[in-house]
Amino acid sequence: MRFVDEYRSPDIARGLAAEIAELAGDGHHKIMEICGGHTHAIYRHGIPDYLPDNVELVHGPGCPVCVVPAGRIDDAIAIAFEPGVILTTFGDLMRVPGGQGSFLDANSRGADIRMVYSPLDALKVARRNPDRRVVFAAIGFETTAPATAATVLRAAAEGIDNFSVLSNHVLVGPAIQAILDAPGQDLDGFLGPGHVSTVIGASAYEFVARDHGKPLVVSGFEPLDVLQAIAWLLRQRQEGRAEVTNQYTRVVPWEGNRAALRAIDATMEPRATFEWRGLGEIPWSALALREEYAAFDAERHFTLPGRRVADHRACQCAEVLTGRLKPWQCAVFGTVCTPENPIGTCMVSSEGACAAYYHYGRLQLGRDAHAAPVPSP
Amino acid sequence: MCLGIPGRIVAIEDPEIGLATADVGGVRRKVSIQLLQEEPGGGPGIDDWVLIHVGFALAQIDEQEAAETFRRLEAIGDPYREELDELASSDIE
Amino acid sequence: MTQQPEGAETDAKTEASGETEAEALARVARHRERRPRVRDEHVTLAHGAGGSATADLVEDLFLRSLANPALEAREDQALIDVDPGRLAFTTDSFVVSPLEFPGGSIGDLAINGTVNDLAVSGARPAYLSAGFILEEGFAIARLRRIVDDLAAAAAAAGVQVVTGDTKVVGRGKGDGCYINTAGIGVLERPVELGARFARPGDAVLVSGPIGDHGITILLARGDLELEADLESDTAPLHRLVDGLLEACSGVRCLRDATRGGVATVLNEVAEAAGVGIALEETALPIRAEVNGACEVLGLDPLYVACEGRMVIVVDAAEADTALAALRALPEGEQAARIGSVVAESPGMVSLRTQLGGTRVVDTMAGDPLPRIC
Repeated sequence: MRFVDEYRSPDIARGLAAEIAELAGDGHHKIMEICGGHTHAIYRHGIPDYLPDNVELVHGPGCPVCVVPAGRIDDAIAIAFEPGVILTTFGDLMRVPGGQGSFLDANSRGADIRMVYSPLDALKVARRNPDRRVVFAAIGFETTAPATAATVLRAAAEGIDNFSVLSNHVLVGPAIQAILDAPGQDLDGFLGPGHVSTVIGASAYEFVARDHGKPLVVSGFEPLDVLQAIAWLLRQRQEGRAEVTNQYTRVVPWEGNRAALRAIDATMEPRATFEWRGLGEIPWSALALREEYAAFDAERHFTLPGRRVADHRACQCAEVLTGRLKPWQCAVFGTVCTPENPIGTCMVSSEGACAAYYHYGRLQLGRDAHAAPVPSP
Repeated sequence: MCLGIPGRIVAIEDPEIGLATADVGGVRRKVSIQLLQEEPGGGPGIDDWVLIHVGFALAQIDEQEAAETFRRLEAIGDPYREELDELASSDIE
Repeated sequence: MTQQPEGAETDAKTEASGETEAEALARVARHRERRPRVRDEHVTLAHGAGGSATADLVEDLFLRSLANPALEAREDQALIDVDPGRLAFTTDSFVVSPLEFPGGSIGDLAINGTVNDLAVSGARPAYLSAGFILEEGFAIARLRRIVDDLAAAAAAAGVQVVTGDTKVVGRGKGDGCYINTAGIGVLERPVELGARFARPGDAVLVSGPIGDHGITILLARGDLELEADLESDTAPLHRLVDGLLEACSGVRCLRDATRGGVATVLNEVAEAAGVGIALEETALPIRAEVNGACEVLGLDPLYVACEGRMVIVVDAAEADTALAALRALPEGEQAARIGSVVAESPGMVSLRTQLGGTRVVDTMAGDPLPRIC
């Protein structure tokens, strides 16, 4: 596939690995990949095999599935059991455990929860089922929010009155801010998310360098992209710079996608606060539908239980999501908490740090086991 | 955090609402290009490459930038390929 | 099949025309001698009630397509002759949506799936049963197509469907058509194949491109609105098995890679034999369209189902012979060596990626679901 295969060449990877090893020198470099897509790519392609021991990758909170609090899953399931409701959502959410089971469990108890590939497909379900109430349980960062926004605009234009959205859209900036503000944070730099940046632009991260003195390189998702971005980060470190740069120029514009931002702005507004799994309440970190589009807001159509569900006592997703623990350092990793029976969200999504590590990365256990354990805060 | 796949626009179905067909490795799907349209009827055309996420084209792939990135990457790989070639040819007596 | 009672025809109508009584009775007699035809357009509960409607269905659809002496005896059981020796015996049930898809139908799957379960033991598939569970309202024309597919697949695989059954469930209580089968195969070679025989150093082969069936089905369901020129790989494997066992004495095990795909089969082998399996990503035969669909949907082709592909573990010294034997047949044209059995990491399947890195190829947790992130 074009724009894919050429970025998987082992020859070039070896060249980049040598460059990385040289730039890394004797120091230790703790780099967070914010985006779950990067976590997935790193394990799927075996990128750690090309990194020296002193370049440590820490997995960040950029997996929209992983940060959805269990209470929101319960809210969606409550909606699904209202009379006449078809709940639609992405495949990613189907297995995520809420306080009372997952969407798949709800289906086995008689709910009608369907997977869709696009929010536009959810709208299609609404058109085809005029006597049902069709709700789209939306997740995602600013990458996915424009798709939801455009779908709401389409529904409004067509006057479809049996379609609504349960928005769980979250914002990447406040999440990075929360990581930077966390006590004991000792990160040396960030791999910046790629696809969310097509919408918000690489410029959106300037505060990371300006206010916190950390370098950030927006990176593509193919393995050579990731290796090159790591090399660029290390070069900045070596030269004592902290800047925001863009490795993924073929896709990410510096200023983002105006039409997409307009669509979000027309239909959605920031919530004063939103709960993130692992990170807790973060102010102005999520999007709700605007008053003008109340007719399409599931939160206004249905009464949500809105119960906060405490994480499983043994679950350390919070520590994993903030980079304080490696997946294998969690007490329940791979024993009580597995992809078949996840108790924490990091084990559910294949982007989740724990699932990615469990599925793809266990060969690395030997080398990770030699790394100094990260002290718990 | 979000799966985005490069696809080639092979047909514009409805320029007004921004509906097109994209091809990903021989798999075709209708995608919305409305988020790349500054005005109705604008946006990418046939044979343009776009990044697709949940049925929407989110960005047009800049082929020049792609070529530039790849040129820089290849320059890094070249010494290793030469070394490998030398290694391979040194086996022949 | 239950015996067909005489005089099952019920819908003959006499017209008041100018014929004599003798002529009319002769016409009725001729009509009664005709092979019964199902005139209904849809399956009704009567088709499963065991009366004349059932008999008509059996005669018109099943016996007509699947004609063989054992079936035509119309007894409650089939009597078959087998030479003394070892038999392979298997059962399988088929539920698939949609029932018809590019490259085949549930009828093809029912035969090929059963044949393949027998074939990978080294047995020659010989006799099958087919039990149909039909939903009230199911179109007879569709059923006829499915039965025709089943008959054609049986003929292609050289097996006879010697006994069967039909039941009808009420509307809404089934998914159109389910098929259950059993199969008997005859072991004509003194081979013993099994996952437990895999040992370090062996070669791992696959008989053709992987994932075609699973992706075809996913696309055929239509809700993802993806289109591709792709067909199910449903096919019988017995000829490949025969060619392979004829050419090689060091075949350790054969497994058809159905649900869970090649990854799941290899994990079973690694577990059973207490060995590791090391795959090469660049060696995996995967069609561009399967790769494209997997990229779009966030799926891994290694976990996507096949219905006419098998994984072969063979003594490495015979790997090339085995490949040549597979490639000599059209259904094995794109057979490839995809990896090796290793002593390291017992119970684990690993993959050297295109990039040159290494990752684990784990067993699958639940169904692979399309994802967006």
